[in-house]
Amino acid sequence: MDYDFNFAAVWRDFDLLLSGLGLGILLALISIAIGCLIGLLAAFGMLSKRRAIRWISLSYVSAIRNTPILILILFTFFALPQLGIRLGKIESFIVTLSVYAGAYLTEVFRAGLVALPKGLREAGLTIGLTEFRTKLLITIPVMLRNVLPSLSNNFISLFKDTSLAAAIAVPELTFYARKINVETFRVIETWLVASLMYVVTCYVIAAVLRQVETRLAIPR
Amino acid sequence: MSQNLLEIQNLHKRFGQLEVLKGIDLTMRQGDVVSLIGSSGSGKTTLLRCVNLLEEYEEGVVAVEGEQIGYKQKGGKRVRLSEKEIARQRAMTGMAFQHFNLFPHMTAVRNVMLGLIKTRGMDKDEAHSIAEKWLERVGMLQRKDHFPGQLSGGQQQRVAIARAIAMNPKLMLFDEVTSALDPELVNEVLAVVLDLAKDGMTMLLVTHEMQFAHDVSNRVIFMQDGRIGEEGPPKELFKKPKSERLAAFLKSSKF
Ligand SMILES: Nc1ncnc2c1ncn2[C@@H]1O[C@H](COP(=O)(O)OP(=O)(O)OP(=O)(O)O)[C@@H](O)[C@H]1O
Ligand SMILES: [Mg+2]
Repeated sequence: MDYDFNFAAVWRDFDLLLSGLGLGILLALISIAIGCLIGLLAAFGMLSKRRAIRWISLSYVSAIRNTPILILILFTFFALPQLGIRLGKIESFIVTLSVYAGAYLTEVFRAGLVALPKGLREAGLTIGLTEFRTKLLITIPVMLRNVLPSLSNNFISLFKDTSLAAAIAVPELTFYARKINVETFRVIETWLVASLMYVVTCYVIAAVLRQVETRLAIPR
Repeated sequence: MSQNLLEIQNLHKRFGQLEVLKGIDLTMRQGDVVSLIGSSGSGKTTLLRCVNLLEEYEEGVVAVEGEQIGYKQKGGKRVRLSEKEIARQRAMTGMAFQHFNLFPHMTAVRNVMLGLIKTRGMDKDEAHSIAEKWLERVGMLQRKDHFPGQLSGGQQQRVAIARAIAMNPKLMLFDEVTSALDPELVNEVLAVVLDLAKDGMTMLLVTHEMQFAHDVSNRVIFMQDGRIGEEGPPKELFKKPKSERLAAFLKSSKF
């Protein structure tokens, strides 16, 4: 193999890659936050006494989970404007990723809620809290702490999924890597650096989240 | 009604087809300590849970201080009260559970403070000092910053009792508060309950500890298939059971 490695071209535009990485992290953060809200609502929906609400939640979860995420991204970006909903590419991607995250988190939260001892809710009620406050102060916080490890995994997946935003030209890491690749023809160098940036970032995120998990874990 | 702290009239409760309470009448006055005994499945827990509407009831009346719990009469029909009203009524009573049910993400003192702040509307300082007072009373002040997972069963139960009592309820409900405990931890919890009873707390308790029921209560009720089988002062009930069923039950519970 006599490939001549030359990283100079990649280093020249490294700040672009970095800014792309920053945007990817930001997109993942915003999407998991919105996704948590959607997931919580849908999880309670799945456990609702009303059939219609259960049905709506279940339909949402199955529809999203059974559609490839790239299709969801393209659909939101290209099809919604036809219906009169016009979003910028970044906003469009955030909507998609949040809705996508929400569907997966629904399952996580639903399982977490079901696993709680039922006495927890009852203890809240007996000290005079309403059902709503019991959820807000007791069942949801306890459940969230219990599912923190799966939440972390979901976040890392979401971060990697931000690379698909390149498909609609959101200027994140993959988008810039492709741009540099096209402009410099340093194929191996560009994709090697981009890959390493993903790997290192995922590694760091995982390490940070493990710290957060231990700090927030319910002491025993 | 004004005299009675708790008034239960003709209470019926069904789970689907199964009728679990078949017409219970029970009244309690301020300071009464009433023990519910009876074999498994006789409806003791269900009766207790109807008093704070953890179970809905279909027929009859449960009233605390003359106020019907959970429902009101409107145009001859029975209507469920609003969520807020029910929450207020639930706080008239306190409950301690078999499995403690402490909030695992809060320290002992926070467990006690939560209701004081959110339901009783106290500020943090006031709630904290009341919580400390009650934790001291149940011998848990030194452990106030421990989380439930860091406490023994007996300690958790004492915190749970403090959490309920601190709310200053008119009536305390205890459902087999020692059944989930290792034998050597039973007494520390019973001592706390006894101490509260001596202090004049009105309480309705379910227990399998016959000696304790004998010592703590001024009335004992023997539940039998969703009905009150027999009731009376503990001395009479335990020494001279009228029915075969009660005699057999007492024998089997090694009193
Ligand atoms: N949520 C429920 N759904 C259906 N049946 C129930 C439910 N809770 C209780 N039951 C039934 O109601 C009956 C009375 O139960 P309850 O728990 O009140 O008995 P108990 O006297 O407290 O018994 P134990 O001494 O075992 O605690 C039992 O037959 C029980 O199976
Ligand atoms: Mg019971």
